[in-house]
Amino acid sequence: MIEINNLTKVYPARTHPVTALDGVDLSVAAGEVYGVVGRSGAGKSTLIRCVNLLERPTSGTVSVAGRELTALSGRQLRAERRRIGMVFQHFNLLSSRSARENVELPLEIGGSLTRRERRARADELLDVVGLADRAEAHPAQLSGGQKQRVGIARALAADPHVLLSDEATSALDPETTRSVLRLLKEVNERLGVTVLLITHEMDVVKAVCDSAALMREGRIVESGTISDLLTRERSELARELFQLGPAPEPAGSESGSESESAPTTVLDVTFHGDSTAQPLISQLARTYSVDVTILGAAIETVNGQTVGRMRIGLPGRFEDNVVQVGFLRERGLNVETVVPETVTPEAAGPETGAPGNAAADSLQEVAS
Amino acid sequence: MSWSDMQPLLWQASLETFQMVGWSALFTVLIGLPIGLLLVLTDRGALLANAAANKALGTVVNVGRSLPFIILLIAITPFTRGIVGTTIGVDAAIVPLAVGAVPFFARLVETAVREVDRGLIEASQAMGASHLTTVRKVLLPESLPALVAGLTTTVIALVGYSAMAGAIGGGGLGDLAIRYGYQRFENGLMIATVVLLIVLVQIVQLLGDFTAKRLAHR
Ligand SMILES: Nc1ncnc2c1ncn2[C@@H]1O[C@H](COP(=O)(O)OP(=O)(O)OP(=O)(O)O)[C@@H](O)[C@H]1O
Ligand SMILES: [Mg+2]
Repeated sequence: MIEINNLTKVYPARTHPVTALDGVDLSVAAGEVYGVVGRSGAGKSTLIRCVNLLERPTSGTVSVAGRELTALSGRQLRAERRRIGMVFQHFNLLSSRSARENVELPLEIGGSLTRRERRARADELLDVVGLADRAEAHPAQLSGGQKQRVGIARALAADPHVLLSDEATSALDPETTRSVLRLLKEVNERLGVTVLLITHEMDVVKAVCDSAALMREGRIVESGTISDLLTRERSELARELFQLGPAPEPAGSESGSESESAPTTVLDVTFHGDSTAQPLISQLARTYSVDVTILGAAIETVNGQTVGRMRIGLPGRFEDNVVQVGFLRERGLNVETVVPETVTPEAAGPETGAPGNAAADSLQEVAS
Repeated sequence: MSWSDMQPLLWQASLETFQMVGWSALFTVLIGLPIGLLLVLTDRGALLANAAANKALGTVVNVGRSLPFIILLIAITPFTRGIVGTTIGVDAAIVPLAVGAVPFFARLVETAVREVDRGLIEASQAMGASHLTTVRKVLLPESLPALVAGLTTTVIALVGYSAMAGAIGGGGLGDLAIRYGYQRFENGLMIATVVLLIVLVQIVQLLGDFTAKRLAHR
């Protein structure tokens, strides 16, 4: 649905020009929710603004729904933009218009509906976003979440095939964020609208995205579907999605007897799909008669899929555990060895939230 | 001079003032609004960014703003004659009034339109609006309260200018005050015109404030 090829954007400046995008390739399939994450200044906003050419790329091409936008004339581009909805961080609603009139704006610009049809369509969309009763309200009388709902209704008014969203929930509190994200997901599922969203919150990706890309310094360093990323070895995105904290100190440190501690192999194991339902760790323990230590775990629902990640310790060096690692890999788990680094003792702990700890406890029971 | 002698004079003069201010305000809006818009639109990073045009327009406006009205009034008499065929009377006064008020109003328009959030312009573009549509549907409606406030200030300035223009043979309340009040020592009439001018300004201000408030949905 969205094809971006070798996109480059350089902001000219007298002293040092800024390369905001440095050869970005991105492909968003029809009907999916695609999330782009990255640090501040990574070029996320520049990228999404290049999709509807609010920003002219320095080089490269952008195609949406099979039309190469970068090759169109002004008039043709405007026509294509009408089929690309955009949702903004600061809503960008017209304060002079009521909620309904704001939703009507893209229809007025499109110019193919009568006044009555526009009104009917706007009311229909306000109903979709749950604001049917606030149609007459002006933006100043709406809460942030309500404003963003109007923003989404407006973006959907002209029946777009693509919805672009730049940090649409960043100005909202967590509760409102969840409800707005649910709405976006619903829009995606019910209306089949492809969504490209920019965020700096991993939780947003977890909640709604089918695919994700990680940007750094104007490049996409990793991308793929979520389930693909989770099975990928050494995936930064997967690690971010499931924070287990930095690698722990060599085992034994907790017991306070570093000197006589035996070597331990620390593994990060990712479960997904069917394997979450199977008692693989207890099978491992039984099959090889090893004591499995659970160092941390998190189980989450990513985009409707249950995925778990666990950090376990096996006695012995890695060389001694090759068979056991093979056992886990054979059963479709993604296993990574964690290279121990010297960290402060408390650094490993806090990342695993309450549900993760509960899961760890029950798993430990199973394993022992 | 008795009140009944004054009444027709005051009525006639008020009417002339209304005509001068009304027509010149109309022309000021018609010419000043596009100039003000262009000042914003041609600015760096704006929709029609054009440094040369922006600079040229800004200079013209500044020159117009820096001329004292009384000098402008006399300086452009050939221009006035070219347009209305005469340099005295209400019609002739409208030309310098409008010429004087256009740069003033254009700057106020510029300030008002510049206040419109860039994000709204961007949203409009993202919806596929042409520049003209963005101006019509976004820039003007969003800056309307500020534009009305600017117009109020301009009309009040025009009331003041019109008294000056009147003195150079245009008629109106200013002319009346000078001819009777100043030159013939008719203090009663002088006071009456001053009161009328004050009332007129007050009414314009109240009306303008009220309208601006009604239009702002904040
Ligand atoms: N109009 C501009 N002129 C010059 N440089 C710009 C402009 N817009 C962005 N940049 C630069 O381009 C780089 C990428 O900016 P961008 O806004 O795309 O980052 P981002 O990933 O969206 O960051 P954030 O998460 O803070 O929104 C930054 O270094 C920024 O300073
Ligand atoms: Mg950004």
